[in-house]
Amino acid sequence: MKQFTINHLRELESESIYVIREVAAQFENPVMLFSGGKDSIIMFHLARKAFFPTKVPFPLMHIDTGHNFPETIEFRDWLANESGAQMVVRHVQDSIDKGRAVEETGFTASRNKLQTVTLLDAIEEMKYDCAMGGGRRDEEKARAKERFFSHRDEFGQWDPKNQRPELWNLFNGRKNIGEHFRVFPISNWTEMDVWQYILLENIAIPNLYFSHEREVFERDGILYAKTPFMKIKDTEKVEKRIIRFRTIGDATCTGALDSIANSLEDIIREVAATRVTERGGRADDKRSEAAMEDRKIEGYF
Amino acid sequence: MDKDITTSAYLDMELLRFTTAGSVDDGKSTLIGRLLYDSKAIFQDQLDAIERASIKKGEDYINLALLTDGLRAEREQGITIDVAYRYFNTPKRKFIIADTPGHIQYTRNMVTGASTANVALILVDARHGVIEQTIRHAYIASLLRIPHVVVCVNKMDLVEFREEVFSSIQKRFMDFSTHLDIQDVRFIPISALNGDNVVDRSVKMNWYEGPTLMYLLENIYISNDYNQLDARFPVQYVIRPQTNEYHDYRGYAGRMASGSFKVGDKVKVLPSGFTSTIKTIDLWKEPLESITAPQSAIITLDDDLDISRGCMIVSAENGIRQGQDIDLMVCWLGEKPMISGGKYIIKHTTSDLKCMIKEVKYKVDINTLEKVYENKSIGLNDIGCISIRTTKPLFFDSYRQNRFTGSLVVIDEATNVTVGAGMII
Repeated sequence: MKQFTINHLRELESESIYVIREVAAQFENPVMLFSGGKDSIIMFHLARKAFFPTKVPFPLMHIDTGHNFPETIEFRDWLANESGAQMVVRHVQDSIDKGRAVEETGFTASRNKLQTVTLLDAIEEMKYDCAMGGGRRDEEKARAKERFFSHRDEFGQWDPKNQRPELWNLFNGRKNIGEHFRVFPISNWTEMDVWQYILLENIAIPNLYFSHEREVFERDGILYAKTPFMKIKDTEKVEKRIIRFRTIGDATCTGALDSIANSLEDIIREVAATRVTERGGRADDKRSEAAMEDRKIEGYF
Repeated sequence: MDKDITTSAYLDMELLRFTTAGSVDDGKSTLIGRLLYDSKAIFQDQLDAIERASIKKGEDYINLALLTDGLRAEREQGITIDVAYRYFNTPKRKFIIADTPGHIQYTRNMVTGASTANVALILVDARHGVIEQTIRHAYIASLLRIPHVVVCVNKMDLVEFREEVFSSIQKRFMDFSTHLDIQDVRFIPISALNGDNVVDRSVKMNWYEGPTLMYLLENIYISNDYNQLDARFPVQYVIRPQTNEYHDYRGYAGRMASGSFKVGDKVKVLPSGFTSTIKTIDLWKEPLESITAPQSAIITLDDDLDISRGCMIVSAENGIRQGQDIDLMVCWLGEKPMISGGKYIIKHTTSDLKCMIKEVKYKVDINTLEKVYENKSIGLNDIGCISIRTTKPLFFDSYRQNRFTGSLVVIDEATNVTVGAGMII
């Protein structure tokens, strides 16, 4: 008998599609979180593959901090239009205006932490019972312990010491009223898998990922883009450099890197040669050793 | 990571999932750290961070075990609380490690990690030899039917790399494992701390002629690990576009649990028992000729049948067992003991149904592997053989024959928590 082998990328694809379909089948009102970054882009691509020729049977939701790069917002709107998906947008600014969240001040001010409030409020408002996120276990040590189906209590919090066992491919999405789930369909993907898949499937991504000229300044070893959202100290020098972004988050916490990679093949070569983790350029993770763990427990993405 | 990684080479890689089991302090974290470090899966900023941490703790060398520290509580207590997943790849394979803690109270984590693994690494401290925990780990690997078991006799440096230490552990393991159902077992003498026989061949153990651990992980034959004979396709979701272009389209979305189908195959749909023929196999915009486990796709049939989530499409000639009275091995994962006579929800492939626990036939003493017929109450981390009756017929294979149609989880109706892992006999 002929032996069939499936390469690892197709196996990951099959697994993710299975997980996304389980969400559609087990929950009444799920939503897929969309940030405009590559992970949420491939997660959405997998969702489209899971249900084609029907449209994706749940909306996307973007928590807009107001500190996004304009390119991210443009891309989001283009993708929603191209795919016909429903895109729900909720603004951190509204949470601040309502007094639900307080803006940080100073040079390191970021709205990253504030997103959690807006996200949890939106889940409650829209009565979503499951929110899919593009988190990957290889990203960060607190994420390494996350289940595919991650149960959240009525306060939206994660209890890492008391997670439901997850065996075989049997995902238990049963819950009580008021509780919800976070589901991470691309848990088992690595950064390299994501890039290779984008190339393989020819998936559109924002231009920010490709090399371009931009005004940047250096702070604590991280290269930031000059944007209206960040105060620049007198000692910090703004200069034009050829850069690209390896991850896309808020302009206030996403580091750029000097790069001339302007094709997916170049990016893959660069990622293969790099000696720093993806989140090494993320100021939101550098706040403390357990920064991600703390945010996750509160109900972060 | 390999600098010359190209897309075509990358797409040739297979996925291998392995689980690591060991007792406290037998060097499991060091071994994983060593595999990650020697396969260059560690980035400079991670290395800098553990170097800082090692210096802070006053250690003489970079403590690779710190690479696998996860949650703050774990770092404080120096233990692992939950299953952690790690990733690395070599040019040949991509690896997913389910790193499970070894303490006695965490059998449930080990079972979780073992459920999807191709390979189990069992660590034995060369100084202590086979201990109760080793027996427990081997039993769980056998119960969960992990196809390959690799016993790593670690800390060989602390026994002067002596061959007789290794051989006697090997003999002792083989003696008790005759009571188990392990299909493929290998032994490797290693020193995770120094890297002997992990990625690089040890120069201090010339008497050992077998492969290094990395060579084994890269080359162990796993294509047979999936059941390729029995075509089983549990239906997850029904696709009905109701657009002009796809007016009459009715597709069944799912993931092949085992075996394969091709267009034109005669199939039987359960529970109705009606037969039909596969019309198309679709994924995204290109139709497929066939589907093989573990692929996901959408199947359409020639006939218009009533099919919904929880149904299963199987090959017409290859029978599947069905029934409401089922015997299974259960590993209890809940804090509250199992209630004999109690009602629970079970999740099996894509169906949820209720069941009653009819009786506990026996309990297994996982330290001696003996069957216990006296005190048969099943509590957290206990393993036993039980009989259940389900409210509706279940379509299944034995776990031994099929890991995906032979497994189920038991859920507490009141709390919705997963409390048991079942393997159908």
